[in-house]
Amino acid sequence: MADLPLAEPTLTRSTLLRGTGALIGTIAAGSILATLAPSRVWALELTSLSQPDGETILSFAQVLYPHATLPTAVYAFVVRDLDKAAAKDPDLAAKVHAGCGSLDAAANGSFAKASPAAQLAAAKSIEGAPFFATVRGTCITALYDNPLAYAHFGYEGASWPRGGYLHHGFNDLTWLPNPPADASPTLGSL
Amino acid sequence: MASFAHDDASVAVIIGSGAGGGTLANELTQKGVKVVLLEAGKRQSSATFVNDEWPSFSQLAWLDKRTTSGTWRVAKDFPNLPAWTCKTVGGTTTHWAGASLRIQDHEFKARTHYGDIAGASLMDWPIGLADLEPYYAKAEAKMGVTRTNDNAGLPGNNNFKVMYNGAKKVGYKKCSTGHMAINSHYRDGRSGCLQLGFCFQGCKSGAKWSTLYTEIPRAEATGKLDLRPESQVVTIETKGGKVTGVVYVDASGQQQRQKARLVAVAANSIETARLLLNSASNEFPDGLANSSGQVGRNYMRHLTASVYATFEQPVHMYRGTTMAGIVQDEVRLDPSRGFVGGYEMETISLGLPFMAAFLNPGAWGSEFTSFIDAYSNTAGMWIVGEDMPQQTNRVTLNHDVKDANGQPVPNVHYDDHPNDLAMREHAYKAGKAIYDAVGAKKVAFVPPYPSTHNLGTCRMSEDPKLGVVDKHGRAHDIPNLFISDGSQFTTGAGENPTLTIVTLAIRQSDYIADAMSKQLV
Ligand SMILES: Cc1cc2nc3c(=O)[nH]c(=O)nc-3n(C[C@H](O)[C@H](O)[C@H](O)COP(=O)(O)OP(=O)(O)OC[C@H]3O[C@@H](n4cnc5c(N)ncnc54)[C@H](O)[C@@H]3O)c2cc1C
Ligand code: SF4
Repeated sequence: MADLPLAEPTLTRSTLLRGTGALIGTIAAGSILATLAPSRVWALELTSLSQPDGETILSFAQVLYPHATLPTAVYAFVVRDLDKAAAKDPDLAAKVHAGCGSLDAAANGSFAKASPAAQLAAAKSIEGAPFFATVRGTCITALYDNPLAYAHFGYEGASWPRGGYLHHGFNDLTWLPNPPADASPTLGSL
Repeated sequence: MASFAHDDASVAVIIGSGAGGGTLANELTQKGVKVVLLEAGKRQSSATFVNDEWPSFSQLAWLDKRTTSGTWRVAKDFPNLPAWTCKTVGGTTTHWAGASLRIQDHEFKARTHYGDIAGASLMDWPIGLADLEPYYAKAEAKMGVTRTNDNAGLPGNNNFKVMYNGAKKVGYKKCSTGHMAINSHYRDGRSGCLQLGFCFQGCKSGAKWSTLYTEIPRAEATGKLDLRPESQVVTIETKGGKVTGVVYVDASGQQQRQKARLVAVAANSIETARLLLNSASNEFPDGLANSSGQVGRNYMRHLTASVYATFEQPVHMYRGTTMAGIVQDEVRLDPSRGFVGGYEMETISLGLPFMAAFLNPGAWGSEFTSFIDAYSNTAGMWIVGEDMPQQTNRVTLNHDVKDANGQPVPNVHYDDHPNDLAMREHAYKAGKAIYDAVGAKKVAFVPPYPSTHNLGTCRMSEDPKLGVVDKHGRAHDIPNLFISDGSQFTTGAGENPTLTIVTLAIRQSDYIADAMSKQLV
């Protein structure tokens, strides 16, 4: 899990000052993800986005793809990916900054602190903007293509290391009858 | 493996090493023909394949830029990715799921049976099922298709159990784990299916047929094959009305010229048409083999759509073969349903990363996330139906956009025909009925993915004025130019196309070897 933004909360004031900001949070003790992450406390150091913009993107991702019990740590991947991309691309950095501004404006103040209804309305109001498409597209890969999301949503990922699902439940569904052998033969020898 | 000289004009050059080209290369070398097989992509293996959707896609997919136009939804969702095909040794047989179905007799005679459909360029194939039957049998034997020869069917997975029970409740009769080019047991030096569930990512157990580890090594073993990976053909050259060789860009970016006695193009419909068009010369100003004006036209992609449903209880659809089963009752000739042609319903599953990307591209909000939340309780099916050929659905060269080699990229234009729309509507309802019958909570109608079945851009015809190639895939205009992939399809039929592509390649190899021995090419 080398690319997770999860880390022990060891950031000191001086290391923090090297970046442009940091997002910090905690994974709930009961979450299955708590067992996967190296620590329940997570921190993401920003390298190009400002602290307020990082917080805006984090809230925006939660408005776009709301999952009641998905830990905020997973949404932080969206911020991580945009932060990385913006570090390499000044035009993107400017677009993200301006976009966060437009969300704040649409929410009449701080998008991150606005009510859920106001956030949803603000998001809808910028739906056609390129900034919207950029963040939305980043969400799709950042939110759903990582081991924490796999565990949360119940996708088991790579099966080759376990020898496939042949002996790991490929046909373990019991709430419907098994099809007859002519439609679905039982396995002979491989 | 052999190595032939660039100026050896006695070799057969095959462009593309997928279902069509890889098979043709093996068949020809077995008959003693010297073959240079030019493949744009790199060579991977079961060992280098990865069980991870996006990294696998980067490893194997054709990502060279393309453009789109037309009213099909793919143009909006994936403007630069109209098709999902591969650029690697073995071509799209690395990604394919393995469903291997024969085209039905009436489908070869689409114009006769469907009549004159406004806006459609329907035509009968110049061949019928009887011509292909012996070759279908050879293809099924070669590929180890289940429920043919001695090959048992595959055991159904959870996704299939849901489909089967729903289908029976609705009253469908033809539902089983189908005909798959996947070993159900050890066969032909390759293992049985381990139910990995990563059929679209290159089969790491080698249970699924791919030219990469069947046809190509066998061809290499003859000592007659010179396979050149990372060799992308940019033009085919002619002189005096015949093909003389090809120009390609090699791994180091250098242009090379390979002389040839004949050239067979199997670059998957979009690239095949692009190559012929891009090879325009003084001799052939409209592109090669294009006196009919049909090169690039009649592009077909199958109807395609998916239906996913969520349930109270777990399914884990991603476990086991991706296309684990099929309902075949709707792939019949019955215009009373409000459309001509028919469709298959086949289980499909996507991993979480692809599910998020393809469920409803562009969507956001709680309706979308409610499906992701139910991911492990989801079952899915894919719909493959016959789409209407149309003159205006077409691959052309986009001279405004150039690829890494400075060549114009292909533009793919597609509009759904009213028959396609009526069939998709019918299929969505049929899929929903199957899942509702076993207690679906929510059902999603998913729009087409980028085209995995690309057909028709060099259609086969009896009359040279109406098509590009004859019934053996030989260009009407150029005696030593052959088309050896799905571009040849006169119409699309309702079945997944690869078994037929392989069948046509085997048949074509007989024709080519015979023509060579008689000095006709
Ligand atoms: C996810 C997925 C699932 C599928 N499942 C099924 C299924 O279950 N059943 C079925 O029947 N079909 C299925 N298909 C379709 C099947 O893969 C294709 O029908 C088949 O591979 C097409 O064969 P082909 O020879 O025309 O092209 P390909 O197999 O695509 O081979 C073409 C090759 O040509 C190379 N090439 C292209 N241009 C050039 C050039 N200029 N120079 C050199 N080389 C070039 C490409 O790199 C490629 O390797 C599936 C496809 C996908 C993507
Ligand atoms: S499910 Fe079977 S065919 Fe598919 S990748 Fe796994 S072993 Fe190969």
